[in-house]
Amino acid sequence: MMRYVRLLGVQLRASFQLAMQYRVDFLVGGTMSLFWLTWNLLPMVILWRSRPAIAGWTFPEALLVAAWFTLLRGLLEGAVQPSLIAVVEHIRKGTLDFVLLKPADAQFLISTSKFEPWRALDALGACGMMWYALHALGRSPRPMHFAMALALTVASAALLYALAILVVSAAFWVVRLDNLIYLFNSVFDAGRWPAAVFRGAWRLLFTFVIPLALMTTYPAEALLGRLAPSTLGLALGGAALFTLAARLVWLRAIGHYTSASS
Amino acid sequence: MSLRRALRAYPTLLRIGLAEAVAYRAEFLVWMLSMTMPLVMLALMKTMADEAPVGRFTAATFVSYYLATLIVRQMSGAWVVWELIREIREGTLALRLLRPIHPLLGHSADSLAALPMRALVSLPVAVILLVTTGGSRVSHDPVVLACFVASLFGAWLLNFAVSAMIGTLGLYLESSISIWELWLGCFMLFSGYLLPLELFPHWLERLARVLPFAYLQAVPVEMLTGLHTRASALRALAWQWTYAAAAVTAMLLLWRRAVKRFAAYGG
Repeated sequence: MMRYVRLLGVQLRASFQLAMQYRVDFLVGGTMSLFWLTWNLLPMVILWRSRPAIAGWTFPEALLVAAWFTLLRGLLEGAVQPSLIAVVEHIRKGTLDFVLLKPADAQFLISTSKFEPWRALDALGACGMMWYALHALGRSPRPMHFAMALALTVASAALLYALAILVVSAAFWVVRLDNLIYLFNSVFDAGRWPAAVFRGAWRLLFTFVIPLALMTTYPAEALLGRLAPSTLGLALGGAALFTLAARLVWLRAIGHYTSASS
Repeated sequence: MSLRRALRAYPTLLRIGLAEAVAYRAEFLVWMLSMTMPLVMLALMKTMADEAPVGRFTAATFVSYYLATLIVRQMSGAWVVWELIREIREGTLALRLLRPIHPLLGHSADSLAALPMRALVSLPVAVILLVTTGGSRVSHDPVVLACFVASLFGAWLLNFAVSAMIGTLGLYLESSISIWELWLGCFMLFSGYLLPLELFPHWLERLARVLPFAYLQAVPVEMLTGLHTRASALRALAWQWTYAAAAVTAMLLLWRRAVKRFAAYGG
């Protein structure tokens, strides 16, 4: 276990040094992600301008959901996807051999191979949004609700990672994957809206198949003190189950890998 | 002149492009599926309209608006920028330059050849549009409908020219993809892809109407859904084609200058 923690430290340091090498990129990337942060809020501002609440969500409340969305997207694009995209290249070129040969878990090595540190700004922006939303609502969350939201955030991070692993596992069967990642991102984008705005089939899809509701809406509801403890339990259990399933699928998928070299 | 030769070769290029699109159909389908954003927005706006109409938009107007948006996006999108950047980076652009035909013309054939496949995706959407709205939300004026078809091609041309131009910038810049992302971001907001322009604050709508983005989405969509009169449709079409012609000219000029910077490293 300690060995993996140390390995993670090494991988993180390498990513950070790599990022610092391209300082201009670093600055441009940081500025751009702040720009997108505000830009993405514009549709929300336009919609909530016309009425005080949509599907029972006022603007500050919906802003909380958007904050969680921003946080998770930063995590997805900064910590999960950069390294998983590399897997696709590895599979295509057959260089996954070199990863599999190393004396550590392949999934761990692959998942931690690349980070984009400037994405941390997204997390900062998300915190700013949460602060503003709570300020506008004129209340501070109770410690209990705060803890629930925190637990759900961890669960959503695990879920997001599990989903990404599932998508990447598909790369062992379908080779061209940049498309699948693009699809994943475009579906994930629906998570910026409170789940209550979706009805019928959409609601089912976003709750159970692609649990976007769990990832962005539930934490916001927990912070607002609206989430039932039983839902919290179900959500945590579901997240654990999903992560386990992703691990199993990954192990199966890796069995399918046929080296392309020699 | 090589233009005649290019025209003679064009049908063959289209056939090759279609064969490629059919060969990679799984990828193609995934790519098409990733354009579900209008459906998500539709779900959201329908909920809103069920609570109370938004401006002059009711739930039914939103259904027709977003389904039309989906059709227009499918039928007029162009992603040549990715191909160009890859060819520049990997040096395979050299192969295209060797052909006795303008490389961008070749790319345009690839892009156009995917249209039958894209039509296959849009056709069900169009049928749903007609059935759910009983045809009452679709323009009946043949002139406006003709304008719509012409505007689809104009939108494709404008999309293609900008996409190719940003791809060509890859010969000058290391990360022209971020410019493409910037363009896409502006497109999402200002083209009416996410929200109908009418719902914007007045000054923002006025701004969006002047920018080229509206001619990529909002204008064809409004023609199809009958929000245009004959006169306004023709006027919008003229503007769109002006934009498209300007973009194509700029693309060709840029290409002629930029291609001199291309260097392929071979073994």
